[in-house]
Parts: sequence; structure tokens; C-alpha cells
Amino acid sequence: MNLITVENIMKTYHLGSSDVQVLKGVSMAIQTGEMVALMGASGSGKTTLMNILGCLDRPTSGRYILDGEEISRMSANQRASVRNTKIGFVFQNFNLLARTSALDNVLLPTTYAENTVSTKALYERAKALLDRVGLGDRMHHEPSQLSGGQQQRVAIARALVNNPRLVLADEPTGNLDSHTSEDVLQSFEKLNRQEGMTILLVTHDPTVASHAQRIIHIRDGLIEAGAFQEPPAAASAGTISESAQTTRKKR
Amino acid sequence: MLKLATTLKTALRALRRNPMRSALTTLGIIIGIAAVISMVQIGEGSSVAIKKTIENMGANTLIVFPGQAVSAGVSFGGGSAVTLTSPDAAAVARDCPSVLAAAPQVNGRMQLVRGSQNWVPQFIAGTSPAYFTIRDWPIVEGRAFNNSDVLGVNQVCDVGQTVVKELFPSGKPLGKTILVQNVPLKVIGVLAKKGANMMGMDQDDILVLPWTTLKFRISAKALQNQNQSTAATSTTSTDQLYPETAQNLYPVPSASEQTDTPQPVSFPNINSILVAVPSTSQIPQAIAEITALLRQRHHLQPGQPDDFNIRNMAEISNALGSTSRMMTNLLTGVALISLLVGGVGIMNIMLVSVTERTREIGLRMAVGAKPRDILSQFILEAIVLCLFGGALGILTGQALSSAVQHLLHWPIELSMPAMIASVAVSAAVGLIFGYYPAWKASRLDPIDALRYE
Repeated sequence: MNLITVENIMKTYHLGSSDVQVLKGVSMAIQTGEMVALMGASGSGKTTLMNILGCLDRPTSGRYILDGEEISRMSANQRASVRNTKIGFVFQNFNLLARTSALDNVLLPTTYAENTVSTKALYERAKALLDRVGLGDRMHHEPSQLSGGQQQRVAIARALVNNPRLVLADEPTGNLDSHTSEDVLQSFEKLNRQEGMTILLVTHDPTVASHAQRIIHIRDGLIEAGAFQEPPAAASAGTISESAQTTRKKR
Repeated sequence: MLKLATTLKTALRALRRNPMRSALTTLGIIIGIAAVISMVQIGEGSSVAIKKTIENMGANTLIVFPGQAVSAGVSFGGGSAVTLTSPDAAAVARDCPSVLAAAPQVNGRMQLVRGSQNWVPQFIAGTSPAYFTIRDWPIVEGRAFNNSDVLGVNQVCDVGQTVVKELFPSGKPLGKTILVQNVPLKVIGVLAKKGANMMGMDQDDILVLPWTTLKFRISAKALQNQNQSTAATSTTSTDQLYPETAQNLYPVPSASEQTDTPQPVSFPNINSILVAVPSTSQIPQAIAEITALLRQRHHLQPGQPDDFNIRNMAEISNALGSTSRMMTNLLTGVALISLLVGGVGIMNIMLVSVTERTREIGLRMAVGAKPRDILSQFILEAIVLCLFGGALGILTGQALSSAVQHLLHWPIELSMPAMIASVAVSAAVGLIFGYYPAWKASRLDPIDALRYE
């Protein structure tokens, strides 16, 4: 079942008198339980596509369906609640609240949830999540007292606190050294394998992308390869280039 | 409700994250509210003090003054005419049903001498025994002079506490003699302490004696001692300092000429009539009765103006009260401006805070905060700051006014409405001045905000 379906999305920015077309008709799909990497050089439209997938922005035209809901027609407030309930964000620079404990940082998205369960249950859930990312003993530490890798793991716990359908990680290892990067990526893999969480990694780094099951290449506003998962029967090693070819043929 | 509680918690947490800045931001509000509170309380205190003073002076008192003398179109000012007499005072007391008592008053300003001590009291009142009733002034030692003292032009007097202090260091004035313009007066009573009046004058600095004694024994003697025409020319003090420069417009009469032509000075006129009315509501009635009676006694034709003025203590008290109220309003206005400045300070810091926390706002929006969540969070932050400032301001204002009370002995009055109003005003300031920064924050685009450096 497709968690994400994107049909012929275009995005045009108006800069003064000239129009800049950033996305020129993108179609792709991500199935529930997949771990996908979105790769592209800067200026390829990667960030714009990620913003649209993260419901932070709306396409100029085309359809975007997330978990059976059409996002492209939603108002800003509706998109805010979709972000709250269905998407967990992990950012390159962690974006934790300064001078706020790890626990409170994890609890932040629950502040804006519609029908919250009891505060105590949320508390227990945030604790459990911190335990799972290996920070159970540091839940009262503030971000300044944590290392980069630990901060990013707090951010992962925060992304999961509202039980999202999709975790969207934007260059999650961009600010980390190679060793901690590996740690963080392994937590993503574990999450995907053990919980069946759908994960979209946005990166320009091939080593990071190699952790994903599938890589979507974007270039000049068009998807070059990996837009759709090939049928399970054909799934085997080294199919990435093949699937890229099929995408090209389809277009 | 739950939502509001969480937003409030978020706002509090955000403020706690930068306690120094929060404290400095709210300082403007603290000062503004403290100023408003202390101004209102001090102002109210003086209003109440004025009312008390008026009561102390004998509330429901009227004073009848003679009218002004006019000669060739030149007015000599209120009280310059010689129209009131002692029988007028007696008639007012007898014939006006709304009048409780009336006393004639003759004033003087003279030196008192007792042995090696001398003193010029603030007030020398020549009057009748009714004076003590009207001013509600008890005698603490000895007795008040009575009607036979007035009729007998007896050389007796009652003295106020200040006069006792100045002239009798021993503190035992009864039966002793004071010299006033070389006329000996026997002290027969001491008045109770009354304190300062509403003009700040010491009411205890007084000598009370039968008006007849003052008029006929003391003033008359004083006037006879000097030549009326030369007295008229000595208007400036330089004449006394440099006597040879004084120019005499009229020839100075010799001693024998003076004895041959004595000056007629002993008019039985009085300076004013002091009238007591049973209650404030009867004052207009009493004024009407006194006016009718005096017009009749002075043979004034209909259409002719009154040759006297009736002054009402209530009027003075109202005038003083409204002056003090006006001062209070003025000061409160100034204090409110400082509150406004405090509000602008809040807005300034909130704007800085919004810019500084752009990333945080972007993050909050990314994890599902709607624009109105951001709006309410920032407004609530501003309101919490202002309410906190308001509470501290009330305490500071309270401390300030009690400091004024203890150090300057200025009366203060606790004002509940002012406190409630300041809380309301500080919340309103938070709402008004917090709205714009909060609105700006809520209008941020999460994509730009997240990437803000």
C-alpha cells in the first residue's frame, strides 16, 4: 500500500517578474514500511520536494496524497495538524529548544496534538522513547550538555512521540562526524526494520543514502531514478539502475 | 481550558529560559504600576486628610465678611467696608432658625510680651464665648471667658498650646499676665491642641479674648498712639529703615494738636461673624436666612447689592478637595505615561524575542503548531510578563507609599480600585503591546523560519 503518492507535481516560484520552475512534473510513490533516500545536488529541487512531502509547502499543481489524504488542497491549519499527527521531522541542526530538558523537547509535539491522552501517559511514552534511543539516563539534561549524536537521538525521539506514519529526516548526519553518523543511521535502520516505520532520508551523501533500500535521484526538478518501487518479484541486488531506466521509460 | 493551561506552561517555560531579560523587560511595567499605585494612594490620602481637617475646623461653619468699599469707582477689596457690627452677630444667632450659634470676630496681629519672652501669634481672635462652641474647641485648663467678661470689657484671655510653649517655658500660664500693646491680659484658660489647619497654619498659635477688650482696649489704644495721616504714608519698609528719606505728604501735627483732635477710631464694627449650622444640608437655608436678615438690618433696597459676603467652609473644602483630586489625576496621568513607555519596552523586547526565536517558531510550526497557537503563546508571554510586573509594581507602590507615610508623615489611603485597575491595565498593556510581535511571529513561514540563521 502506498503511503505517499505524488502525481505530476510542479512548483514555480515567482521571483520579481521572472518565474522560476523548481519542480517540473514529479511523480513518485513510497510504500508503507520502506526506507527511502532522496538524493540530489543543491539546486536540484530536493529541498522543495522535501518541503512539499513534509506538508510545509503546497505544490503549484499536481496531487500529493499522504496516507489516503490529499494534502495539495489543504489549508495551512489542516496541514499543521497533518504534520503534527502523521510526520516526524529530524533536522540537520537538530533544532532542539535551548535550556529545555531532553524530556521536554521530546514532549514538544504533544503540546499541539488535538486529542491528547493524559499527561502522565505522554510522560511515560516520552521516557520510553528516550530509553529506546539510549538516553534514558539523560532525560533531564539540556541540549548544551549533550553531544551532537545525543542531540540528534533526542530529535529522533521527538519525531516519534506522536506515533507518526512517516519520519522525514533532512540531512540528519550533516552536522555529525562519521562515527556518530553511523550510530544515528543505525537507529533509523533499526526503527525501520523493527517497527516498520516509513523513513525518508534527504541527503546528498552517497554513504548515507546507501543505508536506504531505495534511492530516489532528483536533478533539475525531475526525478532521474528510483521514483517507484519495482514489483517484489524483481527485487534483487543492483536493481536501482534498472528501476531508474523504467522510470525514464514511463516518463 | 486544558489547551490554555498548556500554552500558559509553554509561555512560562519560555520566559524562564531567559530570566534576566524577562526581569528587565518587566521593569518598565513595575515602575509604571508602582508610580500609579503610590500616586493614587498619596493623592487619596491627602484628600481624606483635607476632609478631616475641615471637620476638625468645625464642619458646617459659615463666615460672614463685610463687603467691599468702593470709592469713586475704585474697589478696596472684600472686607474693606465697615458694615458688620456685634448686634448683627447677636441678631443672626437669635433670629435665624437654621443657625446654631454665631460669634463676632475681631482679628489682630500684635506682639505678646511675658517677662523676657515675646511672641507674635498667628491668630488673635476677639470674639464671644460662642466661638468655642462653633469651633468645637474645648478648654483643657482653667475656663473660657464668658459673656460678662465681654460686657465688662475684662482684660482676660484664653491661649493656645503654641502660645503657652512660646511664652511660658514653665508650662503654667494660668493666672499669669501677658502684655499686648502694653495692655495687661490675665490668662484664664488654655485651649486643647488642634494641630495645623488645611492651609498648613498652626491653629494652636492663637490668643482668644473678648472682642470688646481687643476692640476698645487694645486696638483703639494702638490707633490713638499714632497719627492716622502719617501712618497712611508709611507704606514701605524702607521708610522705617531710612526715616529721613520718608516724605510727609501732610504736615505732621504736634503733640498738642493731636490731643486737641483725637481720631475717631472706636467704631463697634467687627471683622467677621462666625456662624455654626447644625448640618451641611442646612447650609443653603442658613445662608438665605442670614442674607435676608442682614439686608433688612443694613437697610438695603431691593436691587442694591449685598454689603457682605457669606463664605462657606464646604466650598473651601470642595475647592481644596478638587485641587487635590486634580493633582492626583495629573500625577496619575504622568504615571500612566510611564506605564505606556513600559508597554512599548515590552513590545520592543517581544519583537527582539520573536526574531531571536525564529528557529524555535519554525520548529514549533513544523511539529504541528498552528499560527493561532504561536499567536496565543506570544501574547500570553507578554501578558504574563505584564501581570508579573503588575504584581511586583503593586508591592513596590505599596512600599513606596508607606515609606512616604513613615518618612514624610504624609497621609496615605489604601486604594483597592487602583490596585484592581492596575492589574487590568497591565493585562491590557500585555495584550495590546504583545499583539503585534505575536502576530508577526504567527505570520512566519515555517520553511523560512526553520532555515533562519
